[in-house]
Amino acid sequence: MASKQPTRDVITLKGSAAIVSEFLCYSVNSILFQRGVYPADEFGRVKKYGMTLLMCQQERVKAFIDTITQQIATWLETGTLQRVVMVIASMSTKEVLERWNFNIENDNEVIEKGVTREKSDKDIMTEIQAIMRQIAASVTFLPNIEEACTFDLLAYTSVDSEVPAEWAESDARLIHNPQVVKLRSIDTMVHQVEAMVAYKFTEEL
Amino acid sequence: MAKVFHSPTRSDARNDRHPLREQFSPEPLGRKTPKSKTPGRPSDRFITDRSAMDFNIANYMLAGLEENAVNNGSVHSPSKEEYKKQLAENLLRCNNHQRQSRILAFKSKPPPPPEGFENSRKSLYSQNASPGESKPRAYFRHIPQTAERTLDAPDLLDDYYLNLLDWSANNVLAIALGNTVYLWDATTCSIAELLTADEDGPVTSVHWAPDGRYLAVGLNNADVQLWDSQELRQLRSLKGHSARVGSLAWNGPVLSSGSRDSSIINHDVRIRDHVIGRMEAHEQEVCGLKWSPSGHQLASGGNDNLLYIWDASAASNQGPSPYLLRLDDHRAAVKALAWCPFQSNLLASGGGTADRCIKFWNTHTGVCLNSIDTQSQVCALQWSKHEREILSSHGFSQNQLCLWKYPSMVKLAELTGHTSRVLHLAQSPDGYTIASAAGDETLRFWKVFGDPEALKAKSRSKAKEVGSVLHSLTRIR
Repeated sequence: MASKQPTRDVITLKGSAAIVSEFLCYSVNSILFQRGVYPADEFGRVKKYGMTLLMCQQERVKAFIDTITQQIATWLETGTLQRVVMVIASMSTKEVLERWNFNIENDNEVIEKGVTREKSDKDIMTEIQAIMRQIAASVTFLPNIEEACTFDLLAYTSVDSEVPAEWAESDARLIHNPQVVKLRSIDTMVHQVEAMVAYKFTEEL
Repeated sequence: MAKVFHSPTRSDARNDRHPLREQFSPEPLGRKTPKSKTPGRPSDRFITDRSAMDFNIANYMLAGLEENAVNNGSVHSPSKEEYKKQLAENLLRCNNHQRQSRILAFKSKPPPPPEGFENSRKSLYSQNASPGESKPRAYFRHIPQTAERTLDAPDLLDDYYLNLLDWSANNVLAIALGNTVYLWDATTCSIAELLTADEDGPVTSVHWAPDGRYLAVGLNNADVQLWDSQELRQLRSLKGHSARVGSLAWNGPVLSSGSRDSSIINHDVRIRDHVIGRMEAHEQEVCGLKWSPSGHQLASGGNDNLLYIWDASAASNQGPSPYLLRLDDHRAAVKALAWCPFQSNLLASGGGTADRCIKFWNTHTGVCLNSIDTQSQVCALQWSKHEREILSSHGFSQNQLCLWKYPSMVKLAELTGHTSRVLHLAQSPDGYTIASAAGDETLRFWKVFGDPEALKAKSRSKAKEVGSVLHSLTRIR
């Protein structure tokens, strides 16, 4: 297979969708670990993107993320996904504490005409690594999460796309008076993903 | 590279995005306006992204724009409108009936974290994220930041529930290292080995009698032994407990011992039937025990997160004695206890890892006077005899000693050096030096409560100054 070679330059729509959805899956897991949403002992180490990442091993969380990842891949292939947002909200008050934004820009030409793009795997991996490191480093500036929290994933799709049966419309679950930190972006030449985190800003006491 | 755009309006909306804002998309009409720092004016069309985050304004906007929705061209079903209205009323902070995208969420939700799970990141980062209030403030007295002297303490048990260090009135430091109790004479720096409890060990607590000659030693086999430090021999053995004795406290001839069997026994060491009182209220190991300076009250802290105050008169009665106060504000084991030397009925207590608080109590009324979150396990507390200050020792993450001004609880100094939690503190008889023993198996001496030499020199120089001023006055005239 071509994957034996150091670089695989041709990127198809399907391949790009796979890369991006997989990246989102790892990002979500990484955020769950770094922000301590679930206990650290529920995470297992996985080698990926040339670094060690932590993946949630709890069955229900895994199933939830996997289902969504699959749906995201489908949407990416049709070019209808505009944004994926991971929301971390307090369990007791339901207040949204953090919003991790992944904005996706689709390349129309690829989706409509089926042309392919070129970019080396290594470059994409470097970009993904950078975001993963930024997620890990984000704990230094994000406020401490002091209470039990849950997370949720929101998908922004275009209005003309169909709503799958298991999905429901939701509100944006925005944060009041947020602080926003832009993270790096990845670009597969088909999908461009810009990451960003918004968090609830509390004034000094 | 060509980007995918589904409609011209959408592309507009995309290009307008501000890189560092979160709120952008649902508002094609609110574009092009540079983001104002203040919340946008409530007008029906030009709504800045910022204002979309403002609940009040957004709600108002939503109500005002409800009719305009028809102009948007898209047809909304009544149920959808109703749905949006509900959202707006409840939590929606933007008017997204003009949005370009559909926000979808998976119907089933991820499971909540397990019951009782506490975010472990908190303890990892709370030290770094501590706000300015914990910054040590400049203070007129110089507090040495490093230990004056460091001694090796091999085999010191790293056990939070034991009390292995004490400093006698005769300036002799007793420390239990494994099965052995050593005496270190602070005046001569000589070391003596007092006892080795091979079968009965390890030693779980040491405490000097007020006269500084007799040392009470608590052992793992539930015995309490009384030793003469001058002749280095055992005087007697006090039995009564059924588990290890982790805490001891003297009140005149009465020795109180707290044990893992959750009871506290008062021994009168002068008489044959030494058990004169048994106090049972704790449900777990008693790890902190201190008599008040007046000798009227005994404070006991346990692994059951409780702090009890006992009356001395009740303690000497045979049979179970009732406590005066039961204080349940701590959320972790209460080991660190210290009675205030300058204010009667004032007790400071510190909680373990899950609590991290130092609390001050009026032991007459049981009122909690103050509570400070120290961001770390509180292992020991010592009041200064000279200043209104209190020293606390901590565990993870910095293993530091903190000097606090009382009652403002301003942090005067933070002394680091230990590489593991600082389990025990002992104060020299003159009250200027503090010895700290930590899980890193070192014993360190700190001159935190001032230096008697420096104080003397200061007062002398002050006197000189005054003298010279007077002198000059006489010379002028």
